[in-house]
Amino acid sequence: MTTTPQDLRTDQTPLAPGAPRSGTTFLGLPTAPRGVGHLRGDRSFPDAARDALRDGQLRANLGHATQTIRGKRARVVAELPDWQQLRAAGSALKTATMARLDEHLEELERQVTARGGTVHWARDAGEANRIVTDLVRATGSDEVVKVKSMATQEIGLNEALEAAGITAHETDLAELIVQLGDDAPSHILVPAIHKNRAEIREIFLRTMPRVDADLTDEPRRLAMAARAHLRERFLRARVAISGANFAVAETGTLAVVESEGNGRMCLTLPETLITVMGIEKLVPTWRDLEVFLQLLPRSSTGERMNPYTSTWAGVTPGDGPQDFHLVLVDNGRTAVLADEVGRQALHCIRCSACLNVCPVYERTGGHAYGSVYPGPIGAVLSPQLTGVEDNASLPYASSLCGACYDVCPVAIDIPSILVHLRAEHVEAQERPTAESVAFRALARAMSHPRLWRLAQRAAGLGRLVARGRPTMPAALPFPASAWTRSRDLPTPPAESFTAQWVREHGGRS
Amino acid sequence: MRVALFATCLVDTVVPQVARATAALLERLGHEVVVPAGQACCGQMHVNTGYRREAVPIVANHVRAFAGAEAVVAPSGSCVASIHHQQAMVARRAGEHALAADAEALAERTYELSQFLVDVLGVTDVGAYYPHRVTYHPTCHSLRLLKVGDRPLRLLRAVRGLELVELPGAESCCGFGGTFSVKNADTSTAMLTDKMANVLSTHAEVCTAGDSSCLMHIGGGLSRLRSGTRTVHLAEILASTEDAVTPHQTTRPAVTA
Repeated sequence: MTTTPQDLRTDQTPLAPGAPRSGTTFLGLPTAPRGVGHLRGDRSFPDAARDALRDGQLRANLGHATQTIRGKRARVVAELPDWQQLRAAGSALKTATMARLDEHLEELERQVTARGGTVHWARDAGEANRIVTDLVRATGSDEVVKVKSMATQEIGLNEALEAAGITAHETDLAELIVQLGDDAPSHILVPAIHKNRAEIREIFLRTMPRVDADLTDEPRRLAMAARAHLRERFLRARVAISGANFAVAETGTLAVVESEGNGRMCLTLPETLITVMGIEKLVPTWRDLEVFLQLLPRSSTGERMNPYTSTWAGVTPGDGPQDFHLVLVDNGRTAVLADEVGRQALHCIRCSACLNVCPVYERTGGHAYGSVYPGPIGAVLSPQLTGVEDNASLPYASSLCGACYDVCPVAIDIPSILVHLRAEHVEAQERPTAESVAFRALARAMSHPRLWRLAQRAAGLGRLVARGRPTMPAALPFPASAWTRSRDLPTPPAESFTAQWVREHGGRS
Repeated sequence: MRVALFATCLVDTVVPQVARATAALLERLGHEVVVPAGQACCGQMHVNTGYRREAVPIVANHVRAFAGAEAVVAPSGSCVASIHHQQAMVARRAGEHALAADAEALAERTYELSQFLVDVLGVTDVGAYYPHRVTYHPTCHSLRLLKVGDRPLRLLRAVRGLELVELPGAESCCGFGGTFSVKNADTSTAMLTDKMANVLSTHAEVCTAGDSSCLMHIGGGLSRLRSGTRTVHLAEILASTEDAVTPHQTTRPAVTA
């Protein structure tokens, strides 16, 4: 251990919650810092879900949308006889890439630089926001157009730009709806999935300057209104900000896949292009895209191929942006990579198939998760990026039904990671909780047959509370009340099965 | 065959008629049933709630209780899935490598009831009689972890007098999820409500499944609504004959099998 002088540590990222504070050498890896970005909710999942569950319109919108996308995905996936092999290939490619992520990232930097781009490394959301803000300021522009991007939502870039007097215009239709409605995205792929077309019409009428007052909720009319609104901004923008679906290390190529073409406008029209990308999004070789460009559109929009796939490497004189910056963001990813079980979450290609099949997401929607990454993948990714104690309710926001694992195009075993993170949370508690005391006592009983028989007889005494009725009273103390509020609880029998068997069959095992 | 019956902690303590039905069924098919008295729990509830360290002695007890068993059968897809997918993992993580190896070996000889009947014994017609309109809910862990597929349906189709009706949205989770049903009671109830709506839309008298935990959830909801539709474990249906039909609701424990 070496001692670091105090003055050299002043620009360190604030220590993650739970990170070791003793000594002067930083042990462990930093998680995404608090106070910036959108990875933490202000309420626990059960609390936030309770409100969402009461919103009948939200439930109807979500049920309709998720079931539609789910059906489309199932149809196009069933067309491919080699789907399981593709999944296995996607998983293997991601595993191999993560094992040598540092080398691939350096190769990517060399290739982007060789092709006239500039690579910036951002340790966390705060650094990434500062880098992007400074780059935009240097152009003298006070507005930017944006391609839909999860990374910039994660780091809270729009708010950082706004604080610097720079207006960010979202150009993805759904992101535009969310931005105009002063709302938050609730889905990775379809950020406005919680809104129906009547609600979208209302937002457009209220917020779009020069919108046709006779606008109806016909999808085509809504799209044309957005098109007119956006076209003006595309044509005057001098700076664009994008995310990236993939970066190819061997060629320094960035790739964005989309449906609307708005991304293509942003990627080609402005003079300056700034791409913000999580460090886990790269693939080593161009050929690897063959697998992912089959997996992604079928899993996300349920299409055989997405309408627009844009790729670019550095700058090309006379063609497209002449100034290209790539901002590589960690923001807790290296900490995720250090976890042998949890690191699989970094394989995610943001298709959102797991959201669309999740029975929990289908009913609560994305806002209940409090993070820009909702649904099953969010429940394993957000707590790892922030440190599990900052999102401690998310690993429990799943019935472990396994539907997410079945559809994941890169076969991320989400249920196993959820269970792992629950254990990380339990093991992080320094003081006993009522739950831990109960579970430890139960574990003791369940590992000592004689104690277990006594515990079963004690449970059988519950029948005295039921006083001869077939079900227990609905008014029971917590935590039983959490069950009995909506479900009857059968009255336990006087004798367990094993006790009866031993009584009837004598000592025979 | 000499079959060791793992009742599972929930069935043993709360719905013993399911274990009695399993034993009666296996004996009727000509097999010897033994019930190791040292059995308690597979450890799944602890693992899934985050108490994987605490689960290790529970796994050790399970392995000890069933040591030497030729075949272990449990009337639960979820518990058998935990035995297959979790026991060795938590033991290994705790550094208990010998226990992990023993758990793995025991898992290879452990079967969910419908798997045991169809794959090991090679029967689909178990000689059952159950004159009721029945719908089948494939529980998540039997469907996605154990992949029992249509085995329970094949068994049900061979039951005399039974009218099988398809459950809409069958593969959606009922919302039980172990401690999820308590920690996220509202979301769990929302999922249950949709499951119950589908069950009731079939106008079945009975909803069956291979897991008493999910059935306790669905049945608890149906009972609260006074719907009249009851939940009955697959084992109880398969154990029923012309001589002894067991139409008992899980919320009304039967006195005999």
